[in-house]
Amino acid sequence: MASNSILGVFAKSPIKPLEKHIRMVSKCSKQLVPFFEAVYANDWSTAGKVRTKISKLERDADDLKRQLRMELPGGLFMPIDRTDILELLSQQDKIANKAKDISGRVLGRNLEIPESLQAQFAIYLQRNIDAIAKAAEAINELDDLLQTGFRGREVKLVDKIIHQLDEIECETDILQVTIRKDLLAIEDDMNPIDVMFLYQIFDWVGDLADLAERVGARLEILLARK
Amino acid sequence: MEILLSHGSTLVMLAAVVGFFMAWGIGANDVANAMGTSVGSKALTIKQAIIIAMVFEFAGAYLAGGEVTSTIRKGIIDSSFFIETPELLVFGMISALFAAATWLLVASILGWPVSTTHSIIGAIIGFAAVGVSPEAVEWAKVGGIVGSWIITPLISGVIAFLIFNSAQKLIFDTDKPLENARRYVPFYMFLAGFILSLVTITKGLKHIGLDIGTADGYMYAVIIAIAVAVVGKFFINRIKFDEKVTRSTHYANVEKVFAMLMIVTASCMAFAHGSNDVANAIGPLAAVASIVASGGEIVKQAALAWWILPLGGFGIVAGLALFGHRVIATIGNGITHLTPSRGFAAELAAACTVVIASGTGLPISTTQTLVGAVLGVGMARGIAAINLSVVRNIVISWVITLPVGAGLSILFFWMMQAIFA
Repeated sequence: MASNSILGVFAKSPIKPLEKHIRMVSKCSKQLVPFFEAVYANDWSTAGKVRTKISKLERDADDLKRQLRMELPGGLFMPIDRTDILELLSQQDKIANKAKDISGRVLGRNLEIPESLQAQFAIYLQRNIDAIAKAAEAINELDDLLQTGFRGREVKLVDKIIHQLDEIECETDILQVTIRKDLLAIEDDMNPIDVMFLYQIFDWVGDLADLAERVGARLEILLARK
Repeated sequence: MEILLSHGSTLVMLAAVVGFFMAWGIGANDVANAMGTSVGSKALTIKQAIIIAMVFEFAGAYLAGGEVTSTIRKGIIDSSFFIETPELLVFGMISALFAAATWLLVASILGWPVSTTHSIIGAIIGFAAVGVSPEAVEWAKVGGIVGSWIITPLISGVIAFLIFNSAQKLIFDTDKPLENARRYVPFYMFLAGFILSLVTITKGLKHIGLDIGTADGYMYAVIIAIAVAVVGKFFINRIKFDEKVTRSTHYANVEKVFAMLMIVTASCMAFAHGSNDVANAIGPLAAVASIVASGGEIVKQAALAWWILPLGGFGIVAGLALFGHRVIATIGNGITHLTPSRGFAAELAAACTVVIASGTGLPISTTQTLVGAVLGVGMARGIAAINLSVVRNIVISWVITLPVGAGLSILFFWMMQAIFA
């Protein structure tokens, strides 16, 4: 309230930071691709470097999250519910955390992906990351949703994106079933503890799409409360 | 009575000086109300905003500013109490101006958003109730003004809600928003031009000696509005659109059309502000001038001396020129991303409300109407975030302005009495 009045009425938009956050999260999770490429090549020093990058991006996303939470004091009047925004934000944030956990666990154990599964795993991973990108696409529509007052055509467009997201998630589930089965076929020849960890990594990678889907679902809830 | 005869010209000069001071304060303090949303949405640069504000504030003050003057002059206090002692009314009006201007200056320095209208009204009530007699105040009218704290934001909020929703229906929520924007935005320009010119013609031109009948007035207003729309359409057709935007929605391009509309509504708002708020400065001044000119007689229907309206107009423009830059410049980042389409709904609604109120002679506050309009667009889910605590502060400042204005004017009134009587 330095010098005038009426301008103070307009508070900082929660929508722009929300979009920025999911972009950061999406960028963070995309780093899993070069990370696993290094893993396939058994190049642990490169993998370590990528892992550092992932955790830095995760921290940046955390900072954004904290900042956004601070900027949503009780006196703000917004077109969307405060709780919905915060809920959406924490869902988004879980994706980055998961990506960090995956890279951390794999690097910590120097866990190799069996060669016969590598191609399949790469596809599986890519699909999960696609799901995150889709979620980011949906969140990026928030800006346009605001333009249209959260009504009409834009809502349909977002519904469509969320539907596509659901389909990708479904696909990742099927991919997960196959890759588990293929691992089952070769697990007898492997170190049992590594196998245990591999199953867990497959699970966690699958969680990425699940979390992305949940972001979409939160967005749907937010739109449903008109 | 003798005081008026011996000191008459001194008193008018004094009133003119404080009146100018008051108008200057209005210009310096309130510009951001009129131009803030335009600059905030980047539809206008600060320089353009200042130029538009100067032209239209002056035009509004000069062409449509006469009507509210009479409300402030006659409505709030009962002049029959002053027939025996007209000098008290003269002293009172000068102290009211001085008090309101001082309060405005203090508030501007402290960064408080106060209503110029309410500071002058508070000041007039103050000297009349304490300096003369509580019965000299028309308390029913004061009640009406307090009621306007609720009613004006409500009216402008509803209008803003409707305007924003109509823009949604007609433009944003369609298959081809860009085409529809090009088609419908001239209609909004027509609406803005119509309301503006109607009030100017039917209410304002009287004061500069032109009297046009109601039917003719409507006709001229329609003609002017069509002219505004046609000129607007011409400029819309000249906008260069970013063809690379292949998105189905084209919102960035749509906003360019709205930016064009924003220029019209910003002018409208400046005009409305000028017409409504100039009365705060010149109303009391006009009262002083007419009493002195008639040798102490308080005439019911006094003609406005020719130099008073331009004085108020120049005062506002002077304040704007000297301080407006600084005030508008504070619009920095941190504001919600306000696009022209959202700013326009708020501004057009506020301008409509102010212009209508000026037409009916109700002294309302521009700050209040704009806050109401912004909330209206917010209700329509058009604005990303509104800081309600700031809104609360503004509302509180509306309430305290009346007693502060009253207190200051009582002080000045006693001082004037001590000096002249």
